[in-house]
Amino acid sequence: MTPVPSAASGVAIRVCQLRKSFGSQVVLDGVDLDIRPGEIFVLMGPSGSGKSVLLRHLIGLETPDSGEILLNDTRLEDEGIRDRFRLAMVFQSGGLLNSLTVGQNVGLYLSEHRLKPPEEIERIVQEKLALVHLGPGDALKYPAELSGGMKKRVAIARALVMEPQVVLYDEPTSELDPLVAVTVGREIVRANAVTRATTLVVTHDRDLAFGIAHRIAFLGGGRIVEVGTPEAIRSHPDPLMRRFLSADFTRD
Amino acid sequence: MFRELGKMVVLFGATFRALPRVLRYRRNLFEQLFEIGNSSLLMACVLSLFIGGVLSLQAGPLLAQRGLGSMLGGLVGASLAKELGPVMMSILIAGRIGSAMAAELGSMRVYQEIDALRTMNINPIEYLVLPRVVAISVALPCLLVFSLLVGCAGGAFVAAFNPEVAVSSAAFFNNLRSTLELRDILHGLIKTFLFAVTVGVVCCNQGLDTLGGPRGIGRSVTKAVVNSIVFILVLDYVITRMLLPLTKASMAGGF
Ligand SMILES: Nc1ncnc2c1ncn2[C@@H]1O[C@H](COP(=O)(O)OP(=O)(O)O)[C@@H](O)[C@H]1O
Ligand SMILES: [Mg+2]
Repeated sequence: MTPVPSAASGVAIRVCQLRKSFGSQVVLDGVDLDIRPGEIFVLMGPSGSGKSVLLRHLIGLETPDSGEILLNDTRLEDEGIRDRFRLAMVFQSGGLLNSLTVGQNVGLYLSEHRLKPPEEIERIVQEKLALVHLGPGDALKYPAELSGGMKKRVAIARALVMEPQVVLYDEPTSELDPLVAVTVGREIVRANAVTRATTLVVTHDRDLAFGIAHRIAFLGGGRIVEVGTPEAIRSHPDPLMRRFLSADFTRD
Repeated sequence: MFRELGKMVVLFGATFRALPRVLRYRRNLFEQLFEIGNSSLLMACVLSLFIGGVLSLQAGPLLAQRGLGSMLGGLVGASLAKELGPVMMSILIAGRIGSAMAAELGSMRVYQEIDALRTMNINPIEYLVLPRVVAISVALPCLLVFSLLVGCAGGAFVAAFNPEVAVSSAAFFNNLRSTLELRDILHGLIKTFLFAVTVGVVCCNQGLDTLGGPRGIGRSVTKAVVNSIVFILVLDYVITRMLLPLTKASMAGGF
């Protein structure tokens, strides 16, 4: 368990009665969430429960049918929110641009928006890559040459370049072997400690959730079933959560 | 069908509005231009050579029998410039470049690269679609000129060496020069440009619209190419009908 960062520069995220359907399929049916500035908040839930859909709402890739999302009491759909808050997302498949090198991918946000001169971008890219334990030589590789774990780390570096106040991770350890999953989990904790960004991790990896979370929420049936510390979640009596958290090959 | 058409119009509008910012994306633009030239010049060359040749082969004997062999050059040139060049080059580019665009954008969509761009506040239309549509619109008319030159060479070659035609190269090109006017070529260039924009928009739209994982990419590519060809052929009639009065004032009226 990592201690909750004290002086937080992250923002508070509040989700109120968020609803979303695709056609006749109700995916989110009134989700309420309160995420504190700077904490690592893990959202768990079975596959298909709408975790990714919820994340995509937070970063503005989906618009809700009803309900709202507040960042420090500013509505997400308000004008100019992108200037006030920077949100970054690490996608499940990494979302790295295959036509660009690792270095270009990591620096893309800065270079496309002309935020820094090229030498400065170069320096920042190296710095962020070092933060996720990638060397200067890796910057010249293409995403296709990377292993799954490296892709995830590059994606994390690319997110950090934005100096985000919020970082969202979608299934950061899926498709990774347990050893690599542990290192990626550590990168997430470290990035959180360094940037103080509010960190929301979506996963169904129990080890990751209990290893890094300050608080855990459980999504089921389109709603938040429970929110609590890892200890509270571990011993929660809800049957769906019990089944989910205790499933293994020997029982059942 | 109409929803798709609507989406294409919207995409075209967005691309058109982004046009003033095209120089910001010149790196992507040059990459695309290079890609188009690199992958289609040889094919265009072979294709044009044989189209020119087959035109001579078909029309040559018919004209020669009637003692009109000397008119072959103009006929081949005009056919290539106004009709076959634009249509064949556009179809070639749809198959070669349009399909690649749909596949690339489709896989970017499926593998969340486009979502990632949007989370970085980078407009995928400006970053991805604009350079592609501009590149194809610049490259295709150039390809037409190239195709016209090669196609006429092919036509002249067959005209000279096929015993049933036996029109000398000098006679072929003399007739070509005196018959083919600049506005015929302009007619072809306008057509080609419009086809190019259409292919670019159709294929990019199809790519961005890819759904359903990796299998969706294949579906998108097929649809992009087929739709492009349908659009080219339908537009060809419409544009020709509209341009005809300008080219040959005496032929106005009727269908
Ligand atoms: N764009 C979409 N169109 C239609 N259905 C969608 C879309 N996105 C997600 N869904 C559906 O929403 C449900 C939840 O998906 P998702 O959030 O990806 O689940 P998970 O919790 O595994 O991340 C799934 O049943 C999925 O089919
Ligand atoms: Mg998911």
